[in-house]
Amino acid sequence: MQQTKRAVATGVALLTALALAGCAAGGSGTDGGGDAAACAPADGDVTLEFTSWIPGIEDVVATWNEQNPDIQVEVQTGPNGNSGTYANFFSQLEAGNAPDLGQIEYDALSSFRVQDGLENLAACEDIVAAEADFIPWTWGQVTLGSSDGVYGVPQDSGPMALFYRADLFEQNGIEVPTTWEEYKEAAVKVREAGGYITNFSTADINQFAGFVWQAGGDWFTNDGDAWTVDLTGEQSTTVADYWQELLDEDLVATYPAWTEEWNNAYNSGEVWSWNSAVWGANSIASGAPDTAGNWAVAPSPQWAAGEQSSGNWGGSSVAVFKGSEHVYEAAKFALWLNTSDEALTALNESANIYPATTAGLSLPSLQEGVEFYGGQKIYDVFAEAAEQVNPDFVWGPTMTQTYADVSDGFQSAVTGQGTLLEALESAQASTISTLEAQSIPVAE
Amino acid sequence: MSLLTRTAGATPDDFAPTRRRGPRESMLSRGASLLVMGVFTLYFLVPIWWLFIASTKDRGDLLTTPALWFADWNFFQNVGDLITYNDGIYLRWLLNSLGYAGIGALLATIVAGMCGYALAKYRFRGRETFFNIVLGGVLVPATALALPLFLLFSQVNLTNTFWAVLLPSIVSPFGVYLSRIYAASSVPDELIEAGRIDGAGEVRTFFTVSVRLMTPALVTVFLFQFVTIWNNFFLPLIMLRSQELFPVTFGLYGWNTQLNQIPELRTYVLVGSFLSIVPLIIAFLLLQRFWRNGLGTGSVK
Repeated sequence: MQQTKRAVATGVALLTALALAGCAAGGSGTDGGGDAAACAPADGDVTLEFTSWIPGIEDVVATWNEQNPDIQVEVQTGPNGNSGTYANFFSQLEAGNAPDLGQIEYDALSSFRVQDGLENLAACEDIVAAEADFIPWTWGQVTLGSSDGVYGVPQDSGPMALFYRADLFEQNGIEVPTTWEEYKEAAVKVREAGGYITNFSTADINQFAGFVWQAGGDWFTNDGDAWTVDLTGEQSTTVADYWQELLDEDLVATYPAWTEEWNNAYNSGEVWSWNSAVWGANSIASGAPDTAGNWAVAPSPQWAAGEQSSGNWGGSSVAVFKGSEHVYEAAKFALWLNTSDEALTALNESANIYPATTAGLSLPSLQEGVEFYGGQKIYDVFAEAAEQVNPDFVWGPTMTQTYADVSDGFQSAVTGQGTLLEALESAQASTISTLEAQSIPVAE
Repeated sequence: MSLLTRTAGATPDDFAPTRRRGPRESMLSRGASLLVMGVFTLYFLVPIWWLFIASTKDRGDLLTTPALWFADWNFFQNVGDLITYNDGIYLRWLLNSLGYAGIGALLATIVAGMCGYALAKYRFRGRETFFNIVLGGVLVPATALALPLFLLFSQVNLTNTFWAVLLPSIVSPFGVYLSRIYAASSVPDELIEAGRIDGAGEVRTFFTVSVRLMTPALVTVFLFQFVTIWNNFFLPLIMLRSQELFPVTFGLYGWNTQLNQIPELRTYVLVGSFLSIVPLIIAFLLLQRFWRNGLGTGSVK
């Protein structure tokens, strides 16, 4: 008796769920008009959902909402992409209720593309026409190496340069290195003076990738059919061997990045420089408050004297998710958010976002001297670096796994087991097998 | 519990008989247990102490002064900054947490109490099977259910709502288990019979008679569930997208992932974490009275 009742109850619950599911699916199917490849304006008023974790983004969006009563944008937030929001995007895509727009860092964009989670904005004229406004390499990041696809609007970039303790370098008579060779010589002198020239981070593979990027290496290439994985190419090997030497000779510290020890190493003057991205300016200012006024920024050391090449670390785009019913409006908003002066200024003020447009680099807020860096106009250095980043560097579709594998290998290398190069070799193999396991074609 | 109270209330008299029987055991075991307790007390209290100290410092002092002692007293300044940052979103999160945990734990306790009571006091077919299934539920980690729940809630458009976090929280298999065990031993069948003879319905008997006898178990279920919901992190992470709905744990986590860009968030996260444990401490202090009294009553009887 009881059992029958329960069975009936379960059945009713299931049926309800199914019916609701049917409604939901039917609803979105008719409104969406198939795959909506075209980029056409909607008839009436539109409300867009936009997920981003940038602090203060609400205020920027509020400005848009005031100016565009017919295209209202609702902001939704969450933690940093890799700390949970990407995972959510994937489940939302799975459930068919992804927001219209989402913030996606460049290195994750391929993963979403491969899962068919992004609308191709190449259908939107305004987007295609905007290519010239962006720093060339950031555009390369959103086309993912294809000629007929645009999978997001570049938002910010992370050109790299050398932060260094101007006071300590001067006191010890060490020249600011302009090549990696000089950097190593300086490292020896710094070690003699009792410090470390820099900290080699094993957890954040993005920095290392930035070094490889600067050296002209390509970890991934995609010819439209298949992915080529090349973690152990000539340039990667050069970079890995270089840092391996520094590690072997105990010339660099190896604190885990962004921990208290790491902050302390910088704050106490144990570590003297950091080749990092533009946003690193804040990391130092917040992590090493006692050293205010003693830092300066110089262009990254080069592999050959006289070269002008920069790496990049970080940066993100705003993408339109598959299934959005308002691609046109979404694209319009994304473009405004990342190209208009008022939005870029607001983003820079609220979250230190470093714009991806060439015009954005001359924002008034980026022309001022920074007190923490002795009044130096540090953004001039980064603006120059931004123009020197190789536009062809592409991220693979399984970066999470690649990062994890390289990081594991690097961690053992730092403790004396294996080398950085061996770490890259094993990550190369596991990346290929991960791609194959997900049926993503790999070129031999 | 009994060990704790005995040791705490120990007087020299208590040890007199023991000493006659065997002094070695008493000295050694007492010393050892004190040591273990001392170590664990420190283990649990030092992080809270650190958190408190860190909340009183400004950003510069945080890294440069000793971690376990005060520098300049900046606590109220920090709290002020925290609750005004981003239009006071922190207070909103705190209220949300109280809502999720308070309402969720209350409903969970009622449901689990009734369910456990029914399992203990009524005989029906499939009772053991049902109970075993509930017991199985204890073994399934909440994390494993979050994603399926998300897909389910998506179908009925309940994601990113208050309900998305509240509804799953009112299920407590452990609560059902505890309620059943406790009801079986503490609610005499005679009392229920007496209630029936006096003409009270089953529901009335439950709420007027049985609930009182089951109080210690129910308070335990409430506390457990309150803490579980308060600390639940994965479910809000999966379900929620509007920060007006975030519970405090998830909100602070979000801030913590943005430290690279917004340095002042470091202080807010610390002060915010410290303040967020205060409601838990209050709940515990208020409720443990019932808890202990109840357990005591049970044992005397």
